[in-house]
Amino acid sequence: MRFLFKTDYEDDIKLFPHSGYVVSYGILLALLLVAPYALSSYLMSQLVFVCIYATVGVALLILTGFTGQASLGHAAFLAIGAYTAAYLQEYNVPFPVYFLAAGLLTGIIGAMVGFPALRLTGIYLVIATISFALIVEEILARWESVTHGNEGMRVKALSLLGVTVPRDSPTFYYLCLAVLVLTIVGTLNLLRSPTGRAFVAIRDSETAARSMGVNVALYKVKSFAISAAITGLAGVLFAHKLSFISPEMFTLQLSIEFIIVILIGGTFSLHGAVLGAIFIVMIDPFLTYLKDDMPGIIAGIAAAFGAGPATAGSIQSSVAAFASLNGLKGAIYGIIIVLFVLFEPLGLYGRWLKIKLFFQLFPLYKRATFKRQKIYVKSERNR
Amino acid sequence: MLDFVQQLVSGVALGCVYGLIALGFVLVYKATEVVNFAQGDLMMLGGFFAFTFIGMMGLNYWIGFAGAVAAMALFGMVAERVVVRPILGYPQFSIIMATIGLGYFLRSVAGMIWGTDDLKIDTPFSQGVLRMGSLVLAYDKLSVIAATMILCTLLWLFFNKTVLGTAMRASSENMLAAYYMGIPVKRVVSVVWAISAAVATCAGVLLAPITFIHSNVGLVLGLKAFPAAVLGGFGSIPGAVVGGVLIGVIESMAGFYLPEGWKDVAPYVVLLTVLLLKPEGLFGLHVRKKV
Repeated sequence: MRFLFKTDYEDDIKLFPHSGYVVSYGILLALLLVAPYALSSYLMSQLVFVCIYATVGVALLILTGFTGQASLGHAAFLAIGAYTAAYLQEYNVPFPVYFLAAGLLTGIIGAMVGFPALRLTGIYLVIATISFALIVEEILARWESVTHGNEGMRVKALSLLGVTVPRDSPTFYYLCLAVLVLTIVGTLNLLRSPTGRAFVAIRDSETAARSMGVNVALYKVKSFAISAAITGLAGVLFAHKLSFISPEMFTLQLSIEFIIVILIGGTFSLHGAVLGAIFIVMIDPFLTYLKDDMPGIIAGIAAAFGAGPATAGSIQSSVAAFASLNGLKGAIYGIIIVLFVLFEPLGLYGRWLKIKLFFQLFPLYKRATFKRQKIYVKSERNR
Repeated sequence: MLDFVQQLVSGVALGCVYGLIALGFVLVYKATEVVNFAQGDLMMLGGFFAFTFIGMMGLNYWIGFAGAVAAMALFGMVAERVVVRPILGYPQFSIIMATIGLGYFLRSVAGMIWGTDDLKIDTPFSQGVLRMGSLVLAYDKLSVIAATMILCTLLWLFFNKTVLGTAMRASSENMLAAYYMGIPVKRVVSVVWAISAAVATCAGVLLAPITFIHSNVGLVLGLKAFPAAVLGGFGSIPGAVVGGVLIGVIESMAGFYLPEGWKDVAPYVVLLTVLLLKPEGLFGLHVRKKV
């Protein structure tokens, strides 16, 4: 086990606490850079989605994980970013300009949402953000002169410095990866600055933060604006990746998916956003794989246990029938969410930390280290 | 003028359904400070149970209705025991996510069992209208209004006048103190979930003739019932119904008088406005935060 000896505040907030971080993240980055040469085009496409979802996850972590303001309306910010890109592209605005314009516009709208949200907490804030997202969805469907309504909008391949970048080219992947890495580094720096400290203080106790001189209203609005702006940037990439956008892509379902990203990944660290994004993007192909291969595998196991070919065949067909049931995917989604909330509240990254700690302390690890304490409900109305 | 009254009545009827679902939210919230995002899906499941008893097994309407309510009450207790109790008292957000997950699960499973078609239950009030002058009121809508009034009154009396209701309010204010006072908090919470699932079932069965039952009905109506509960202040039983009626009337008026597209948005616009002016809702208590 490594003990870090810190002598001043600068030591405490270093981006890389020790050389191990540099090595491991360097290797990870190198692997990601060579990925287009090693992986199939399908996996590359999924990896682009991982980058986009992770960017949104980081944005949501700033707001929900670090400032403590729940939002079920991030699909709306994504939509605003995507539509800004699609609209400006029609007027031949160059990519860097509309990329930044989308970020700026969503940032401003985020701040505008943040103002009314100042007075709201908990469940009221959740409902307000849901309402905001539903209103935006309806506006996108009705404002036909700009958004083409329910017909949706085509998004041309982006052109950067005169070069056209198709949506499944390695260059596009590098662009998404660069946006993700820059977002993560920027957020890490933000979090160790006074602004980030103020965010965390507000999350832990608004009253205490206020009495320490933190301007709660200002920082909440800032948090909303930053989170929305990053989501808007991700929205531009999302639009280019899909090459077609329409209002029904940005539903409440998508907002819930983003929340699931950080919930499953872990809400206390930026690692969570990336892990959660990998999980959410990869679960679809994984379930499809299970659906295609599971019946054969189960029949094989049954045959190995001495079932006749007829029995094995009927087992195979009944399992296949079950696997192709409509809506099985939704049920599995639901079960996964509930199981994570109940048994892994710290998410995938929390699980990784527990495993790491287990090996670090090897014979001395106590299971009770991460045990939840018993909590009694106390009304928020008179807390 | 006649159009106005007609719209008003259908808005009130629709609003009563929202109010009934909102009542379920409020009950659970009042007793445990938990917001159950799966409330709409409980309603959907209740409707399907009733369809199974009445439509498929051919039972009498009232017996089927009672059977569905009883089955759903039991289901509500099981859902509480499995999903909510382990995380009771943890940050609200985790409970919201758990109930969203439960909702996903229920929707998909209901879709698997009962298919994705719209189902219809024949009720004693399905046909027939009440004519008052030139005003035409359908019995199925009137039945919703009447049932909402009755349920609301009963629940209000239950919460404010009975020992069990008082125990529920006590355990929501401070669970530990309620334990010390000898209130069996776990059982109380169980009962609350049973009641709220039963109320949801009533909503589902009453709604069946009006909007039909399909596996997504809970999501659609649940999203409308939220503004209702929030408008009413989330902690108030009459507030939930008033909020629901308001949302229903706003929706049907907007659908009739405003251009297309406003119908679905108007309730949320009103909600955001109310939240801006009065963050605790119309009937919520004003609280000051203590350090």
